Amino acid sequence: MKTLIAQAAEPSLWSPEWLPLLPKRLVENLLEHFNAPGWLVSIGGIAAGAATVLAVFMTAFALLSLIERKTLARAQNRIGPNRAGPFGILQPVADGIKMLTKEDIVPAKAEKLLHLLAPILIVIPAIMALGVLPYGREWTPVPLELGLLFFFALGALTEVSVFIAGWASGSKFPMLGAMRAISQMVSYELPLVLSAIAVIMVSGTLSLPEIVAHQGGYHLGFLPAWHILTPWGLVGGLVFFIASIGEANRCPFDLPEGESEIVAGHMTEYSGFKYALFFMGEYLGLFAISGLGVTLFLGGWQAPFPGLGFVPSWIWFFAKLAAVIFLFLWIRATFPRLRMDQLMRFGWLALIPMSLLTIPAAGIWTLLHRAGHGLIAWVVTIALLVVPFVIMTVLFNRGLARSNRTYRFAES
Amino acid sequence: MKPPTQNGPKPKSAKPGKWVVPGLGLLQGLAVTGKNMLQSFYKKERMTTVPYPEQRAPISPNYRNIPFLCYDDDPEAGLRCTACKICEKSCPPECIYIVMDRDENGKALKRPKVFDIDASVCMGCGLCAEVCPFDSIYMDGQFELATDDRFEGLQLHLHDLAKSAEYHLQLRPKEASEVLARRKADAEKKAAKAAAKAKADAEKKAKAEAEQTAKTEDPPKEEGGSE
Repeated sequence: MKTLIAQAAEPSLWSPEWLPLLPKRLVENLLEHFNAPGWLVSIGGIAAGAATVLAVFMTAFALLSLIERKTLARAQNRIGPNRAGPFGILQPVADGIKMLTKEDIVPAKAEKLLHLLAPILIVIPAIMALGVLPYGREWTPVPLELGLLFFFALGALTEVSVFIAGWASGSKFPMLGAMRAISQMVSYELPLVLSAIAVIMVSGTLSLPEIVAHQGGYHLGFLPAWHILTPWGLVGGLVFFIASIGEANRCPFDLPEGESEIVAGHMTEYSGFKYALFFMGEYLGLFAISGLGVTLFLGGWQAPFPGLGFVPSWIWFFAKLAAVIFLFLWIRATFPRLRMDQLMRFGWLALIPMSLLTIPAAGIWTLLHRAGHGLIAWVVTIALLVVPFVIMTVLFNRGLARSNRTYRFAES
Repeated sequence: MKPPTQNGPKPKSAKPGKWVVPGLGLLQGLAVTGKNMLQSFYKKERMTTVPYPEQRAPISPNYRNIPFLCYDDDPEAGLRCTACKICEKSCPPECIYIVMDRDENGKALKRPKVFDIDASVCMGCGLCAEVCPFDSIYMDGQFELATDDRFEGLQLHLHDLAKSAEYHLQLRPKEASEVLARRKADAEKKAAKAAAKAKADAEKKAKAEAEQTAKTEDPPKEEGGSE
């Protein structure tokens, strides 16, 4: 642990690669300058590092809340918020002030303590999960050896806090939303973790920085060795992406807060700052899960082309993160919300089988590559993934042909 | 229980030989929204939203809400209104209040001294504009009537209501130009009639005068003749 945190080389304080670590190192240097004890120096450094990550993602959260509305507006041929400041750039500030000045209403039948705890418990895991992601070659706030496990453990905590929110509100719509959230998140956690297992098998580690390091280098001199560019990685990455939409409660899987059916789901009885915390937790969770997807499948901070080493690695990470999040927005702008049974059927009959298939595919891939049969590995894994997909398509079409709806009670 | 019947058209996917590839429809949907997103940046006709206070969409000539009073040249002297009170009587919610102007002798001046419309009562039916025989009252296109004083602020007085004929021409060009042409023709006819009458009067007067002069002048002539 200690050896991982302590950096061997100490380059210039201002080099672009080390820029995100500047606050941490400044605080450490300052404390050392005043002859502070060693434990204080490390605590100060950790606090400064955490503050950096928090500042970055809080800014990103504020910007995303605006960019999301702008993007959705453009998809609907509207202009979007443009009143607060130029191009509506101050809209997040206005939203924040509005949220902070609203009355905090606690229902009479609510479990007061849990009602207060739920929004806090939804933000904390999201922030903690952001701590283990490798943002740059040198910038991993907490380089845990079991980072992936830690991440999924925190992801499971989100479900609990959503259910706490639904239960503690003492009202029917939050309860319904929480029940939906539990069934959805448990179902979608499975393909999420299963598709990550393939990555663990190939890279042979649970440490996120090492998974990114494993994706370094280029095939044939130009094709980056990212996991998404392998057959099992493409399928696994797609499954991971779809499942992460479900995990992040995003449209079209936003059933827990389906406002046309159950008002706002688990957030119905929340107002003011607590509601803002839910909002923040949701977006930070979105950042975290997208960041994990980038780390596992899109090569983390690795540059997309050789010869781009002069660009600081964390810029690549954030560029990829922005691209993935834009995909989230695009999907939100396009698809309508699923029905509960459709969601479950899709999760259990499409996502989980495909994510299960990536595990043997990844195993065969690793074995054949170790044996030096790269080409055969491609052919075998593609066959292993495409043949079941074709079979699934045939079954799907047969199911469609059979499922001519019959109306027993509403005959035309 | 009846056996399940199959009514209505079969689902498209049930057609033999037509295959549904899972996910293809999703990509088509993404293409549609993606096209919308991109084209909204450079295609003017896509963005139908008007940023309202700065820009305004043109008002349809068929739009009408609150009446206004039309004047020709001068907001006070040129008012077409004669305070005949037909509109006041025809108004279903009775939101029009008119007092005719009178001179110090109590003689009607055929112009309104007070002309109030209560915008909070007016229902925009347009009956007043229908019945007005003097082309004076028309329905306005003004919709920004919000005020922080719901009593006096919504009480429209003569100076609020009086609007020029050019304004009417801008608001509803077809109707206004017809009205103006008719009024011009009427005025010309009236002028011609007046001129004819004046001429006739003058002739009559001249004749009468001639007769008078003949009467008065004849005797001396006769006298002179007799002399």
